[in-house]
Amino acid sequence: MDWTLWLELVIKALVLIFALLGGFAYLTWYERRLLARFQSRLGPNRAGPFGLLQPIADAVKLIFKEELTPAKAYKLVFFLAPIMTLVPSVIIAAVIPWGPPFQLGDRIVTQSIADINVGVLFLMSIASIAVYGIVLAGWSSNNKYAMLGGLRSAAQMISYELTLGLAFVVAILLGNSMNLTDIVEAQRDGRWFVLVQPVGALILWIATLAEVNRHPFDMPEAEQELTAGYHTEYSGMKFALFFMAEYQKMIVVSAILATLFFGGYLGPWVDRWPLLGPVYMFLKIVILLFIMIWVRATWPRIRYDRLMAFGWKVLLPLALAVVMITAVGILLAEINPWMIWLIPIFSLIAGAFASLMIDRSLRRKAYA
Amino acid sequence: MTILFLIIAIVILASAVMVVTTRNLVHAALWLIVSLFGVAVLFAMLNAGFLAVVQVVVYIGAIAILFIFAVMLTRREMRGHGKPLNNNWWISALLSLLTFGGLAMLLSNWDGFSQTPADFPSDFDGVAELGNALIDPNQFVLPFEVASILLVAALVGAVYIASNRK
Amino acid sequence: MLLEYLAIAVLIVLATVVALIAIGLGGLFGPKKKTVNKSMPYESGMMPIGPGTRRMPVRYYLIGVLFILFDIEVVFFLPWAIVFRQLGWFGLIEMVVFVAILLVGYVYAWKKGALEWE
Repeated sequence: MDWTLWLELVIKALVLIFALLGGFAYLTWYERRLLARFQSRLGPNRAGPFGLLQPIADAVKLIFKEELTPAKAYKLVFFLAPIMTLVPSVIIAAVIPWGPPFQLGDRIVTQSIADINVGVLFLMSIASIAVYGIVLAGWSSNNKYAMLGGLRSAAQMISYELTLGLAFVVAILLGNSMNLTDIVEAQRDGRWFVLVQPVGALILWIATLAEVNRHPFDMPEAEQELTAGYHTEYSGMKFALFFMAEYQKMIVVSAILATLFFGGYLGPWVDRWPLLGPVYMFLKIVILLFIMIWVRATWPRIRYDRLMAFGWKVLLPLALAVVMITAVGILLAEINPWMIWLIPIFSLIAGAFASLMIDRSLRRKAYA
Repeated sequence: MTILFLIIAIVILASAVMVVTTRNLVHAALWLIVSLFGVAVLFAMLNAGFLAVVQVVVYIGAIAILFIFAVMLTRREMRGHGKPLNNNWWISALLSLLTFGGLAMLLSNWDGFSQTPADFPSDFDGVAELGNALIDPNQFVLPFEVASILLVAALVGAVYIASNRK
Repeated sequence: MLLEYLAIAVLIVLATVVALIAIGLGGLFGPKKKTVNKSMPYESGMMPIGPGTRRMPVRYYLIGVLFILFDIEVVFFLPWAIVFRQLGWFGLIEMVVFVAILLVGYVYAWKKGALEWE
């Protein structure tokens, strides 16, 4: 193996890591500014123009904070847990294609770390590993709040992982491949999968919200009852790693959603200038992140029992139904191409039925 | 390649030994994860990417999580006090040595053991092969459906045991 | 093919190194003044009573078991989804049978109250 190959691997890995790091830093700024707008405030605007240096100031502050390890903590696991949370949040992005391959000198450079043929399954596997850091952080802190937060978080993440997996199956069915580049290429000419399967995209989005513990599914961190959940005992840079992991996961799940359902890196002229690919991805990610923050500013947190019931009793059957509808629709479309539009119609009916059932069940409970 | 294999094999075996000798149950579960991850790396080295990732999804992502839950379900004797070995350890060591010897004997007689595998054709797609094999009536469609029944049996059993009968 | 996994391995190593550097920076520059009160478990200013980790409810275990079973179902879905277009209706019917059998278990779990969270 020659050294240029190693160099390419290392450079690509470093670019990804630092892009996510920078993305994390400015996502915190973006979120705080946006939340401030939603709440008629100004938000951080002192450090630098528009407060743009605020993330750097925060980082410096966190570096100079004291790190505490509780006396009764399980030290080794307590040290490992933040690393085990951060690393999956980076490597899950390895299979995402950021743009079409381009020529550099005499070699073709692909704009992804690893273009493996089981890409979608890789996403699932890393999502399931991400549970460890959180449950171990909760356990090793030897603190009641942390323990409860970690357990709740783990149960929530594994419950919504099933829905996540089934939503991935929808994208695989439509793209006829598990390779993410193939899935993106199948959405050429504006045939984004969100148009064919809007309910599938919505299910994936809800499942990823729960997977990264974002509002309105942020039970594990519910301040009122759990102080800070699994990272109650963490401070200084170890806390920063949890924080970093959470925001990097937000970026990455937005990238996944954009790749699977919103045409990935595709956009006008992307074939002529392959480096436009990352730009389109960036725009799509920023829009999806905006919706995530909008949700945070708008909706209250849902109760834990309802959260679990929603995952198991509503989303899981709905996702199964959507998979089956997609499969039947694809087969019908082979007979007559316009029948592909039966998929969105029937999925929307299924989605409407699910919302109706939720509504009825909530009414029954309210007046019982 | 062989060196890499040997390193990973040693890691797998060493962490497997740690699983049974460590006194802290959660540490044992973590060592188990290391061991399972090593097996996933072996699958990836054998060009079985699908199996490698499924190994991670099912074993590390689901079963080891259940182990950790189970450990937390038990009393808080997570740092065990007793010795992990009792007086009968040499009997079980002997038995496992015998089993290993028997298996090694059997395998050494099998002629596939000494052959080097042929390279896959470049367009070989293991996942598609697997999908076809699972659905083809001449191959594994019956085991595939029976797997579903097995899953249901496990589900019913777990629900029955864990549900508090009122 | 192997190269792709090597790339992932490189990424894992570098990400771990970055995480370690981050923790190291904190350890290097952060003050270290340990006191008894600081190293107590944090319970919003109350004195902690009893051990920090205690037995968790059996419900979490049940969710774990249900998760494994449905996770395996999803894993079975994936190779099927890849070759689905060649298999046609026959493949679809087989998958429907597979899911239908599993749905029996799902309905049982629902009726038995395993999905309730009180």
